[in-house]
Amino acid sequence: MNQARRLPELLAPALLVLATALLSFEVSSYLQAYFLDTLIKVSIVVALYVFIGNSGVLSFGTISFVAVGAWTAGVLTVPESQKKITMPGLSHFLLTHEVGNVASLALAAGVGAAFALAVGLALMRLSGLAAGIATFAVLGITYNVLTYEQSIGPGLNAFSSVPQTTGIWQAAVAGLICVVVAYVYQRTRFGRMLRATREDHAAAAAVGISTYRSRLLAFTLSGALAGFAGGIYVHELPLQVGNLYLDLTFITLAMLVVGGSGSLLGAVVGTLALNGIYSFFSAATNTVDVFGWHLKVPSGTAEIVLGVVMAVVLIVRPSGITGGREFSLPRRRRPVADLEKARVTT
Amino acid sequence: MTLAFLNLTWPTFADALALGGIYALMAVGIGLVFGVLRLVNFAYGQLMMAGAFALAYGDQWGLPNWLSILFCFGVVLALSVLMDHLVFRPLRTHSPAVMLVATFAVAFVLQNIALVAWGTYGKTAGSLGVWQAPWDIHGAEIRKIAIIATATAAGCLVLLQLLLTRTRLGLQMRAASMDFRTARILGVRANRVIGGAVILSGLLAATAAVMLSVEQPQISSTWALPETIYVLMGVVLGGLNRPIPATLGGFTIGFAFGLLGGILPSDQSQYLPSFIFAAVIVVLLVRPNGLFTRGGATVERV
Repeated sequence: MNQARRLPELLAPALLVLATALLSFEVSSYLQAYFLDTLIKVSIVVALYVFIGNSGVLSFGTISFVAVGAWTAGVLTVPESQKKITMPGLSHFLLTHEVGNVASLALAAGVGAAFALAVGLALMRLSGLAAGIATFAVLGITYNVLTYEQSIGPGLNAFSSVPQTTGIWQAAVAGLICVVVAYVYQRTRFGRMLRATREDHAAAAAVGISTYRSRLLAFTLSGALAGFAGGIYVHELPLQVGNLYLDLTFITLAMLVVGGSGSLLGAVVGTLALNGIYSFFSAATNTVDVFGWHLKVPSGTAEIVLGVVMAVVLIVRPSGITGGREFSLPRRRRPVADLEKARVTT
Repeated sequence: MTLAFLNLTWPTFADALALGGIYALMAVGIGLVFGVLRLVNFAYGQLMMAGAFALAYGDQWGLPNWLSILFCFGVVLALSVLMDHLVFRPLRTHSPAVMLVATFAVAFVLQNIALVAWGTYGKTAGSLGVWQAPWDIHGAEIRKIAIIATATAAGCLVLLQLLLTRTRLGLQMRAASMDFRTARILGVRANRVIGGAVILSGLLAATAAVMLSVEQPQISSTWALPETIYVLMGVVLGGLNRPIPATLGGFTIGFAFGLLGGILPSDQSQYLPSFIFAAVIVVLLVRPNGLFTRGGATVERV
C-alpha cells in the first residue's frame, strides 16, 4: 500500500481539528470557551487512544498522567512572587524555579512519560480486568497524593496565577501535534506490532512480538501526550485536583468508546460529537435558542445525556460511530481481470 | 478492659469490624453478579445511594423505621432489576472491559440524576440515628450500630452461604460462575440464574445501604462512591471469581480502613487510600487471581 493512499487517514482527523479551531472564530466569545475545551479534550482523548486503541487493553490511568502534567506545568509557570502566597508549602526547588510556556509543556510531557514508564514497567504484565483495576488504583493514588501533598502543588485548592497562554491556536496546535504523533506511531512497526497483539495474542507471540514491550512503549507515549495535554489544560483553566479524577476519566473514555476506540478518526470524531452534545446542554443551563425555542435545562443534564448516549452506543454499536475504521477515499473498483493478474504476480 | 496496643481500643476495633462487615456485604454483592455475568458493577454504589435517598424520604415523611427500610429495599431491588434488563442483558456477550465501561456510564447517569434532583448537599437520613448511641459492655462504650452491622453482616453471609450450598438455585449459580456455557448445556436456565444473582446482589446492596446510612446520614449524589471503589479493590484483592474470597477481600479492606483510620493520626491516615491502592497493585502483580484463592488458575487473556 503506498503512502499517498494512506494520507487521508491522517488528513481526516487533522482537518476536523483545524475546522473546529476555525469555526470557533465565527461564534461569540462566550461559546468560544466550549470550542477551546473541545480542542483540549481532543489532545486528552488522542492520548487515551494511543494506548487503549492500539493495545485493546482498558486503562483508567491516563487521567493521572494528565494530572501530573498539569501539576508540572502549573507549578513551574506560576510567578515566583505569587508562589510564596498561594502555595506556601511548596518544596524549595519548586518554589524558586520558574519556566516559560513552551518549556513547561515540554516538561509536562516529559514528566508524564516518566511516570507512565515507571507505572508501565510494573503493570504492563497485566491484561483484561486486572489491568483495568490496577490502572484505576494508580488513578486513585495520584488523586490522593495530589490532594494532600502541599509540597508539590496547591493541594485541594485550585491553581491560581498560572499564565493563561492556551487560546484557540495553542489548543489547536496541541491537538494537531497529538494527532500527528498518534498517526506516525501507529504507522511504525512498533504500532503495528502492538495492533497485532491486540488482534491475536498467540499469533503475535508466535512471530516473536513481545506484548509486554509493545504495550510499554505505547503506554509511555500515551503518558507523554497525556502530560502534554495536562500542561495545555492548566494553561487554560485554574484547575483543581477534583477536575482531574473520575468525571474527566469517564467523559474522555466515553468519547473514545463512542467514536470507536479502534481508530484515530474515532477518537477525534467521538470527542467532537460528545463534546458538542455536552457543550450544548451545558450552555442550555443558561438558556439557548433552538429555532426560536428558549431551552433551559437544570445543571447536570449534560452529564445525564452523555451517560445515556454512551450506554446506548455501547449496546447498539459497540465498536463506535466509526466502527474502528480510519477514513479512506472510496476506491475505484478494479476490473476482475486486474485482480486476477495481481494475485498471480504476488 | 482495653486493648493496650498503639491507640487501639475496643470501640475502634468494633467500628473497624462493622466497617469490614459492611464492605463484605458490598463485596459479595459485586462478586455474585461478577460470577454469573463477568460484570464488574461500578454502579453498585449508586444503587446504594438510591436506597439511602429512599431512607431519607422515609425520614422526611415520618414513616416508621421498618417501613422506610422496606421502602429502601423496594427501591434498590426495582433499580437493580431495571439496570439488569436495560443495560446488562443486552451487553451480556461483550467483553468484561466493555461491560465495566457500561456500568461506569450507568453510575455516571444515576449520580447526575441525583445531583439534578437533590442538589449538591442532598438530603439527611436521620431516623436510624438512635443506633449511634453507645452500649456499655464491660466498661467499653461500643456504638449500637457497630454491633448491629457486624451481626447483620455475619447473618447475611451465613444465609447466603446456606443458599449457595443447600438450594437448587445456589447450586446452579455456583455452576454458572464456574463455567456458564457448560452449565447452560446441562439445563441451567441463564435468565433465572442471572435474575437470582441480580436480586440477591440488590438485597445485599440495600442492607449495606441501611447500615452505611447510620454511619453517614448526609446522603448526596456521591454517597457510597468512595466505598464502592475501595470494595472493588477489595474484591479484586481477594479474588473476583468466588463469593468467599471476594467477601474476605472486601472485609479485609474495610477492616484495615477502620482500624488504621482509627489508630493513625490524621496527617498519616489521609494517605491511607494510597497505601491500600498500592497494596492492591502489588497483589495483582504477585497473585493475579487474588489473595484468598487456591492454586494457579489460568491467567485471563486480554
